[in-house]
Amino acid sequence: MTQAGSSTAGNVPETYHYKVVRQFAVMTVVWGVVGMLVGVIIASQLAFPELNFGIPWLSYGRLRPLHTNAVIFAFGGCSLFATSYYVVQRTCHAPLFAPGLAAFTFWGWQLVILAAAISLPLGYTQGKEYAELEWPIDILIAVVWVSYAVVFFGTIVKRKIPHIYVANWFFGAFILTVALLHIVNSAAIPVSFLKSYSAYAGVQDAMVQWWYGHNAVGFFLTAGFLGMMYYFIPKQAGRPIYSYRLSIVHFWALIFTYMWAGPHHLHYTALPDWTQSLGMLFSLILLAPSWGGMINGIMTLSGAWHKLRSDPILKFLIVSLSFYGMSTFEGPMMAIKTVNALSHYTDWTVGHVHSGALGWVGLVAMGSIYFLIPKLFGQKEMYSVKLIELHFWIATVGIVLYIAAMWIAGVMQGLMWRAVNSDGTLTYTFVESVKATFPYYVIRLAGGVLYLGGMLLMAYNVFKTIAQGTSVNAVVPAPVDAHGPTPTLAKA
Amino acid sequence: MEILYLLVPLSVLLVLAVGVLFWWSLGSGQFDDLDGPAQRILDDDD
Repeated sequence: MTQAGSSTAGNVPETYHYKVVRQFAVMTVVWGVVGMLVGVIIASQLAFPELNFGIPWLSYGRLRPLHTNAVIFAFGGCSLFATSYYVVQRTCHAPLFAPGLAAFTFWGWQLVILAAAISLPLGYTQGKEYAELEWPIDILIAVVWVSYAVVFFGTIVKRKIPHIYVANWFFGAFILTVALLHIVNSAAIPVSFLKSYSAYAGVQDAMVQWWYGHNAVGFFLTAGFLGMMYYFIPKQAGRPIYSYRLSIVHFWALIFTYMWAGPHHLHYTALPDWTQSLGMLFSLILLAPSWGGMINGIMTLSGAWHKLRSDPILKFLIVSLSFYGMSTFEGPMMAIKTVNALSHYTDWTVGHVHSGALGWVGLVAMGSIYFLIPKLFGQKEMYSVKLIELHFWIATVGIVLYIAAMWIAGVMQGLMWRAVNSDGTLTYTFVESVKATFPYYVIRLAGGVLYLGGMLLMAYNVFKTIAQGTSVNAVVPAPVDAHGPTPTLAKA
Repeated sequence: MEILYLLVPLSVLLVLAVGVLFWWSLGSGQFDDLDGPAQRILDDDD
């Protein structure tokens, strides 16, 4: 693409850079299938430990970080790149700044994922949850991420629309914060090419880790996906967001209050008591902006609820918000120290994470990609709308099975672990609680298989849509006083 | 908890930066029209 200053002059109209959006959108689906498949494998290993086969590379301990990295950073990450690159162009009426650098972010990010997929099963890890990758990969992540920031904010700077749409604020906060979190938490002293030690020690390291860990939830898995929500829900519903004013309040409230929720991961540990209480307090505060945003998104359909009946993409987007509401209520409750005394280290936490991950992050990303794919490949709609509907129901039933099983298992484990006899001895041995959990692990596996099945349907549907379409790049609208109509699509 | 000597100033700096950004966006008229922008993304269609 040329970097022509004006789109009105002459014969070749300036188009948006959709190529990188297409690449990331397709890889979202590919990595979704891979990441969820690994999830299903480790879920079956928990229910049936024989499935570890005694092979180190396939053991639960190595595949678990592979699963989390694949779904969060590969599936989630690609969907964030795709949607943010699309939304920032469309809402700024400006093609991407530095498209070459944008292409680098695509190939660099795929390289990171590939390196993770090789190094984690081989057992190379820094041992920090959601930050397992060894230092050379960490450096690559930092370089890609800074390039991402340059492309994104460069596009904001060259925008033709003076107002910066709220989705871009969320995307921008996500990009900047993740850069900061990653760089601080990944600080390490290398001792060899694939081995390093954290720059922090003991409880200091734990504090940095969960400062990173929870803010990654807050900014990677929340702010970024809220950016998606604020663009794709209004677009798909054909209605403006319920209250734009509330969306602005939502944004500033969320980013002003988020940073200190992390210590709730370290309740009843060596972390000083007051730091734990601070973490609990900030976690409780977060309920307000979270629910403000959730209500804002859902109420966008106010007066047009009938659209939910016929539009499966809207079902994905709106139901994702109800899961967002559920998990942002559950999270602050679990951060209360007395509740945490029961829930910590149990499968309740796993259930909570997956109500957010499968319900909120997964569904909103899938809905947004279903919106994008036809637009990027010159189609009116997806190859099969019926399959989207089927995907939605399979995924939703899968999520409900998953989280209900983990809730029951978690509360049961918590109660069994704390039960004492009248003489003060423990009522149950640990292994008794493991045995009692077995049926719930099987139900969870069933839920995961359904969710993966839905993702496979999506992959098929996306493949068919792309096969019958051609890559198109939409034309950047001419400034308001343009002469004559401009064509809207150009061959890529 | 020496780590707080890093994390607390970092948070304070961040909140200040966010505050400055908020101040800038108020002053530059980002929030003068709180209905138009919501409508405008709907008018932008292929």
